[in-house]
Amino acid sequence: MTSVGTSSRRKEGPEKLTGEARYIDDYPLEGALHGVTLRSRVALGTIREIRFDPSFDWSSVVVAAASDIPGENSVLLIEKDQPLLASHEVNHLEEPILILGHPDRAKAYEALGRVLVVYDEGEPVLTMEEALANGAVFKRYEIVKGDLEAGFREADVVVEGEYRVPHQEQAYIENNGVAAWEEEDGTLVVMGSMQCPYYVHKAMLGLFPRAPEKIRVIQTTTGGGFGGKEEYPNLIAGHAAVLALKAKRPVKIVYDRAEDMRATTKRHPARIRHRTGVKKDGTLVVQEIDVLMDGGAYATLSSVVLSRGVLHATGPYECPNVRVVGQVVKTNTPPNGAFRGFGAPQTLFAAEMQVEKVAAHLGLDALAVRRKNLFREGSVTATGQVLNESVGAKEVLDRAVAVSRYLPRKKECERWNRRKSAPSWRGVGLAAVFHGAGFTGSGEVYLRSRATVSLLPNGDLEVEAASTEIGQGTTSILASIVADALEVPYDWIRVSTPDTAKVPNSGPTVASRTCMIVGGLLKRSADALRRALEKEGIAWPPTPAVLKRAARKLCANGRPFGFVQEYEPPSDITWDDTAYRGDAYGVYGYAAIVLEVEIDKLTYEVKVKDLFTAQDVGRAINPLLVEGQIAGGTAQALGYALLENAVFENGAMANASFTNYVIPTTLDTPEMRVEIVEKPYSRGPFGAKGVGELPMDVPAPAVAAAIHQATGLFLTELPLLPERISKAMHDRAHRQS
Amino acid sequence: MIELTVNRKKRRYRGPAFKRLLDVLREDFELTGTKEGCGEGECGACTVILDGEPVNSCLIPVAQAEGSRVLTVESLGASSRLSPLQQSFLDRGAAQCGICTPGMLMTAVAHLRRGGAADPEAVRDALAGNLCRCTGYQHIVAAVVDAAKRERKRRSRAR
Repeated sequence: MTSVGTSSRRKEGPEKLTGEARYIDDYPLEGALHGVTLRSRVALGTIREIRFDPSFDWSSVVVAAASDIPGENSVLLIEKDQPLLASHEVNHLEEPILILGHPDRAKAYEALGRVLVVYDEGEPVLTMEEALANGAVFKRYEIVKGDLEAGFREADVVVEGEYRVPHQEQAYIENNGVAAWEEEDGTLVVMGSMQCPYYVHKAMLGLFPRAPEKIRVIQTTTGGGFGGKEEYPNLIAGHAAVLALKAKRPVKIVYDRAEDMRATTKRHPARIRHRTGVKKDGTLVVQEIDVLMDGGAYATLSSVVLSRGVLHATGPYECPNVRVVGQVVKTNTPPNGAFRGFGAPQTLFAAEMQVEKVAAHLGLDALAVRRKNLFREGSVTATGQVLNESVGAKEVLDRAVAVSRYLPRKKECERWNRRKSAPSWRGVGLAAVFHGAGFTGSGEVYLRSRATVSLLPNGDLEVEAASTEIGQGTTSILASIVADALEVPYDWIRVSTPDTAKVPNSGPTVASRTCMIVGGLLKRSADALRRALEKEGIAWPPTPAVLKRAARKLCANGRPFGFVQEYEPPSDITWDDTAYRGDAYGVYGYAAIVLEVEIDKLTYEVKVKDLFTAQDVGRAINPLLVEGQIAGGTAQALGYALLENAVFENGAMANASFTNYVIPTTLDTPEMRVEIVEKPYSRGPFGAKGVGELPMDVPAPAVAAAIHQATGLFLTELPLLPERISKAMHDRAHRQS
Repeated sequence: MIELTVNRKKRRYRGPAFKRLLDVLREDFELTGTKEGCGEGECGACTVILDGEPVNSCLIPVAQAEGSRVLTVESLGASSRLSPLQQSFLDRGAAQCGICTPGMLMTAVAHLRRGGAADPEAVRDALAGNLCRCTGYQHIVAAVVDAAKRERKRRSRAR
């Protein structure tokens, strides 16, 4: 009867396979207006005047502005700096100014074209270097371990490197969309595509002050998130609601692709500098790392993204002397935000490239340098955290190296590359990473997540949590965990739709935390329910008839008989937010990858031929879903490495379409060999850690390393486009001649 | 008025002749299984089968479909009784967030009906116009390969 460890079928799979699943745009809303957003056409300025074309019939258009917001005009997240609608200043292109509504979508767009905003334009800051020079720093962190100077004195060799990573668009296939309306009893209802219903709830409370229970947020089937629907839906929800209140009708706002790409959040671009001291045998003695990230125009989640970035900046290696400084700055570009990996793919790209560079300097293979320094049980991280359990770094590296035949494969590529007549170059790349599971530092303590397992009056068993199914398998893994805790079949467990009127706040669906943290709460809740039922004299495991009888007795007044559990911080996990010392994460996942590329000598196109990856997830609750996460994250990271080039012009994305911003297709994605490694975590449910973000961290540096072997070019900036390879080739030829 | 056959049923549409087939299906016929991802024929989420060929319904004005036979995801099995292809998708974990799934299924249906090859390369070629951001395609390709193998076996038995 066990479900954990087996590939139970996705709970909501059938409805997704028949078209019955309803996404926000699939709901017909009686009498609804289509809301569209008037956005800033300048990157910095003040609004002097807004003119409505007098030749246009405005009688059936409803317009909402900042002055229509009953509460505070700010979108509550971490800081309060971002207005819901700009009223005076605009700080980036595409900043929302007005919301227009019309019953007909095409008419709404037509009206949009009849509004003219006159600005007094300012001089925008568009690069992070300029912002840093101006001192426009949102947040700065510093991590110190050991003695940097002593480390550099001790080093045989010091290697410096600078790396750059660009914006990346989440590119969920379902664009953002939210609907809102007010019920007769004054409840403001928000329904839509989102990762974090309670984030939306919190933001709505600030904008539309009322009793918390008078705001109800419901998640609809969500067509992908990847972080892109973590915080941005707060804005769209506010926009839909402010117009709905003004129009006294439901409002639906669904973005088209161009608007979604141009206006919403992206992965933070970053510049990372390394100065590394090593012994001749490759032993790390000192790492000095400087991280600079571009936050865009408002603070949003940038401080937390930077935090995860600096905490992963060393790579999965032990080093006695470390200093990491991170800063995220303000530029006049659309705010950057959450994206799978959340700062770590940026800094880990740099860390892994630096290992490659150090190895090349020492004349060693990068594998040997990694093996020398890799985290193992008992290792101490840069923040002084002792890794005392579930450290799968060596296992994943060994597994990836073995299944890929890394060393012989490298030799084969060398032989191939010696053939002058060959039409291509070939190369093998390797990378290894770690990724903290759950919120950083004290995050989980502040969140105080809650989740419930209940016996319903009809005898069904139900999971209640605000954790959203966005394609990763939340519904199914939570059901598996509860099924096994109760020793009942997986099919007996229902998982309720996240609706703030019904489910407790189990926290946001982010940070690879759902399985480990929320799954853990639910396991405890299921254990409590089982104990209570056993106390009632129920023999275990029960039959459906027994559960039905118990429900009749225990569900007083038709109320579910449930056990809410709240997160309890383990007493031995300690974190100092001011000194940035201690246990940055409860536990880490580990991943390694080996891939082979083939580069066309004529076009410089890079094809990933073969790919092997091993990832330590603690315990795979559902191996099929874990493989899906790993293959999907790997493909997304291959896009980051090779294809995805967000071209910014004058402060916003110029190629905001799938025609010009290219994400991987079936033909850009290789067949992958995925190896799941299980090093159980004592505090995770059935040993599980996180998996969502880990696969995003590891492919990009491996691709760059493979190109290094293939061509001898050490490329330090993503994406590794043919143009960039071509230029580097020509520059090198020029230098040599 | 424009007449067309949708999922083997005669349908009549009154309205602008240049309305996108996608919108006519979703709004006029209330068949919301067909999804919009990009509106410019790049992502394939809106794929339907038009007279046997997979097409992006966001690029087809409804007038162009006059007298045609259109098949959408709603023509496949119901959730209580999935078609073999849908069952392969479920068993292989090929649907994650699900938004690309209807289009992916319709492209795969067209491939199978053509008697398309069951090797992964041929399946990847057939699906190259359908974007998925969740799966890395691995499980989708496996599901379609399974279904194509079954289909070819069935055809060879029928001969």
